[in-house]
Amino acid sequence: MDAAVFLISAAIVLAGAGGVLVARNPVHAALFLVQTLFGVAVLFVLQDATFLAAVQVIVYAGAVVILFLFVIMLLGVDRAEDLGVEPIVGQRPVAAVVGASLLGMLLIALLVSVDGPTGAHGANAPLGDAADNTRRLGEALFTDYVFAVELTAILLTVAVIGAVVLARRVRGPLAPLPIVVVTSVADDGAQGDDGTPDVTGVTGGDDEGEGA
Amino acid sequence: MLDLVWLVPAFPLAGFLILTFGGRRLGEPAAGWLATGAMAGSFLATAGAFYDLAGRDVHDRRSVTTLFEWVPAGDLTVDMGFLADPLSLTMCLFVTGVGALIHLYSIGYMHGDAGFRRFFAYLNLFAFAMLMLVLGDNLLLTFLGWEGVGACSYLLISFWFTDEANASAGKKAFITNRIGDWGFMVAIFMTFATFGSVAYVDVLDTTAAGTVATSTATFIALMLFVGAIGKSAQFPLYLWLPDAMAGPTPVSALIHAATMVTSGIYLLTRVNPIIADAADWVPTLIAWTGAGTALFAATIAVAQRDIKKVLAYSTISQLGYMFLAVGCGAYVAAVFHMITHAFFKALLFLGSGSVIHGMDGDQDMAHYGGLRRFMPVTAGTFVVGWLAIAGVPPFAGFWSKDEILAFAWNESPLLWLVGLVTAVLTAFYMTRLVILTFFGRHRYADPRPDEVEEAWASAIAAADEAVVAASAALDAAVAASEAATDEPGAAEALVAARAAHEAAVLERGGIVASAGERPELPALALYGAPEVGPVADRLPDEVATRSGHHPHESPWTMGLPLVVLAVLSVLGGLIQLPFSAATKRLEGWLEPTLFGNEVHLSVGTGTLWVLAAVAVAGGVVGILVAVAAYLQRRVDHRSFEQPILADAWRFDRLVSNFMGGPGRAGFEATADFDSTVVDGAVESVATMVKAEARLLRRFHNGLVRTYAAGIGVGAVGLVVWFLSRTSF
Amino acid sequence: MVVTTSWYLALAAVLFSMGAVGLLTRRNPLIMIMCVELMLNAVNLTFVSLGSELGDLGGQLSVFFVLVVAASEVVVGLAVIVAIMRRRQGATVDDLSVLRG
Repeated sequence: MDAAVFLISAAIVLAGAGGVLVARNPVHAALFLVQTLFGVAVLFVLQDATFLAAVQVIVYAGAVVILFLFVIMLLGVDRAEDLGVEPIVGQRPVAAVVGASLLGMLLIALLVSVDGPTGAHGANAPLGDAADNTRRLGEALFTDYVFAVELTAILLTVAVIGAVVLARRVRGPLAPLPIVVVTSVADDGAQGDDGTPDVTGVTGGDDEGEGA
Repeated sequence: MLDLVWLVPAFPLAGFLILTFGGRRLGEPAAGWLATGAMAGSFLATAGAFYDLAGRDVHDRRSVTTLFEWVPAGDLTVDMGFLADPLSLTMCLFVTGVGALIHLYSIGYMHGDAGFRRFFAYLNLFAFAMLMLVLGDNLLLTFLGWEGVGACSYLLISFWFTDEANASAGKKAFITNRIGDWGFMVAIFMTFATFGSVAYVDVLDTTAAGTVATSTATFIALMLFVGAIGKSAQFPLYLWLPDAMAGPTPVSALIHAATMVTSGIYLLTRVNPIIADAADWVPTLIAWTGAGTALFAATIAVAQRDIKKVLAYSTISQLGYMFLAVGCGAYVAAVFHMITHAFFKALLFLGSGSVIHGMDGDQDMAHYGGLRRFMPVTAGTFVVGWLAIAGVPPFAGFWSKDEILAFAWNESPLLWLVGLVTAVLTAFYMTRLVILTFFGRHRYADPRPDEVEEAWASAIAAADEAVVAASAALDAAVAASEAATDEPGAAEALVAARAAHEAAVLERGGIVASAGERPELPALALYGAPEVGPVADRLPDEVATRSGHHPHESPWTMGLPLVVLAVLSVLGGLIQLPFSAATKRLEGWLEPTLFGNEVHLSVGTGTLWVLAAVAVAGGVVGILVAVAAYLQRRVDHRSFEQPILADAWRFDRLVSNFMGGPGRAGFEATADFDSTVVDGAVESVATMVKAEARLLRRFHNGLVRTYAAGIGVGAVGLVVWFLSRTSF
Repeated sequence: MVVTTSWYLALAAVLFSMGAVGLLTRRNPLIMIMCVELMLNAVNLTFVSLGSELGDLGGQLSVFFVLVVAASEVVVGLAVIVAIMRRRQGATVDDLSVLRG
């Protein structure tokens, strides 16, 4: 039973990966990526990593890919890319060689090893069953790895601020951050105003001015 | 006083520095007196050191005064030190003495020259270099002086460098010397490699103890001999000395007669232990080179017309005698001849300078003749020098030359024969020079061949003009007679014009015929004024001015050195009279420097008397033949003056052709090799780096995907590496 | 058939190499980032498989952090791409060659 699920999920994953590779339209590629992520989530479930499967779907497929789609729509890079021509000489053969050798060597390492892959017994908490997974993960994260969690929180904050700073439009000298005074809504407040940081996304619209 | 031996070269150095940097304010003649004073001071210092050294015990006559360490380079340490021993002080005495006299002479000779101060600065610099050469206590200091005198020789030969020929002569001297210098340098390297030091004290004492291999000594001796050949103008590196006569006469006297050219013999005498330890054929080679060169140069001197060229070839010949002496092991005789030669050759050169000065720069003996009436002092001293060099007893040259011939006989009768023939030739050409210059009829007022040519050419030109004028007149008369046929005067005028034309043509024909038939003018008008014939009134004005202008005697600054040198030429023989050990003063004096390498004569006293008599007879024969040819006109002088001799056996031309032709090809090939191969090898490193950089730059195309591919390839490499090291 | 860990690892290897090939081959910057996501997913799969084989929670913990970091990386990367690419339509990675030497 497990085998059948595995095989089907594997097929879904690989088909999605192949789709990302050959899709000409980036929107199609994004959707294929979603397919791959779903397949991986199923595989996570098979291994009793239920929390991770949920996070995978919610964060990865639900947020990151949406972000991709936003950017695709913003930049208008939905134009199809011509896959037939490769401007850099020798890039495709090099890519083929790199991929083949990586795959080959990893498979060799797998198949040749006598006892199969092993490793040192970890010092972490033992794995429980599927139902217990979330609780155990939470305990481990907020006791043994609480510092790491705090750091990732900072990392996320920095990433967000960085993204905002990087992607805003700057025209002229940097204007000070304005205090949002709700005097009149009908004023040009939401349109592509310069210097007005919009936290939720990137202001679209006119294409003038230099990016930051 | 021996401690202050460094004063000897210091005086001329100080003179040079003062004249170079402050001489402009001194002017003429104070600059000359300063330089002469420096030389005189040097002479007094030498005399003081000499007196001190003579006061020492015989076995203690060697004093090394070290000023400071000059070259401290690892294993090689060379000091700035002076070796005062009999040989070096003897050389210093006559270098400074004769040098001071020549400095005094130059004050009068260079009077009025624009480069007066520069001349004396160079002379003092030369004296400094020469004294360093002689007094240096190691081979490197001698080489310093060696190069210094070579450089000063160049500066002084091309003193009037605005004339291209003078500059070329200077260059020729310098480059020919350089070839010899190469030999000297190789010898210094080998000496250091063998002895670990280049100081004479170490080298000579070690060699005299007999611990040096024959092959090493042979090599060093040969290389030093090459250096000596270059500096002392022996075959084949003699070519520069005749050309060096382009310099002022005091330069020729000082450098190319008395001092610089003797450095080669000094060097060989200094290293006599090495020559003694070398293979037997080395001294033989030296002796035959000297003898051959002596004969070779003497044959050339017979046919020269320039007074200084005769003396130049004579110098080469006398230097050959000195090399002959060194090769026969007769070092004392070589030094003796060096001293007497310095006296009489300097005297002869300075005398010739006085003659040239009196003749306003003319050096061609064909224009001299009978000058003793105008320059009695010059003539008198010159005769003394002539007798000395011809080997007439009791003048100095007889004693020294006879000693050399005796040692030559001791070595090989053939060598003696060559020396004897050379002595005969020496007497002959010197007598020729004296007769042509001071005796016979005055030739300075004679018209010269080119002037006679000019006269004939102008006569023919005048006759041509007359013919042209007569033709024009004839044409005019013909035209007049045709225009007015009835006028009686026109016909007569026509006839007269025709007759005049005929006469002019005839006259012209006559002159051309006389010009064609006129006899060849002799090169030397010994027998009477040249027959000029009908063109006597057409001679250029210079002939008239010359006959009104008499040669004049030189001032006392030039006459005094001549007299002093004449006295020395008479008395110089006293230092080494061969009658007994007591009279052989020079030999006793020089003995500590010879390490017992002086060859002892194995011929009896009777044989020596016979040899001396033969030598004197040979000299007298030479003199009489020259008198018969040039004064009494019993023998045709042209049979001696063969053109091939005048052209110096065409050896110079041979060398020039070689250097200009295959030599130049060789030089250019070497230069090309240097620029392509040697420079190319260095540049190829840079070129390789550039090519590699150009290759590597292709990877930096700024494209992200290329860099990603690079990362991928690197990652694959890492995985391979780790896989190969794991054990499964 | 029992699904052993090797199967998962093999699948992860295939996914990883496909992601690598895609990264080197595609010119659209967004699709390149998607290929990076593929590779990260393969790594996540490896972590989880090995964690479950060894009975260690550390595998899943690592995946958690990888997920967070991957998300923030995508955010910043996309911001950079937006900043660069908004000027031209249809611009590809090959047009960014200012670092050419």
